[in-house]
Amino acid sequence: MSPVFDGKFVIALGERDGVAGPAIATCAKAAGSEVVFSATECFV
Amino acid sequence: MDLGTQETILRLVNQHGAERLLVLLGAPDAESAEISAETVILGDPTFAGPLAETQLGLDVYHILEEEVRQSIPEAVWEDQVGLMADVLEAEEIGTAVRGMRDRRGVPS
Repeated sequence: MSPVFDGKFVIALGERDGVAGPAIATCAKAAGSEVVFSATECFV
Repeated sequence: MDLGTQETILRLVNQHGAERLLVLLGAPDAESAEISAETVILGDPTFAGPLAETQLGLDVYHILEEEVRQSIPEAVWEDQVGLMADVLEAEEIGTAVRGMRDRRGVPS
């Protein structure tokens, strides 16, 4: 596992106009991490 | 950042410990990425949420940063993020988040 993920629990904070939470979560899981929270916010 | 999200992050820190958490951002620009990173490192800059004046010092990256990309299988990254990587200013966003990471442990 890479130094960035390094067995950590991932919090996926996506944004509507950027990359959404579920997409980030899918990437984190594919990297071998456990996702403990995922959200897609609308930055104002 | 949503107040409910801040509350959840605080709960997860209490549950798992700050050193075991990694925050991955999907913000569309450098400004919003920096504010989100600041919130989970130094505390909520708007002083509105549960993380106001709460220096969690969490590890935070943007999904477009090269260190993150290298850790994700290419096909998955392309499928989930590839399109936005062509649209967003990845370098500018990465610089903003990296700058905030560098402030961890530095008195503000």
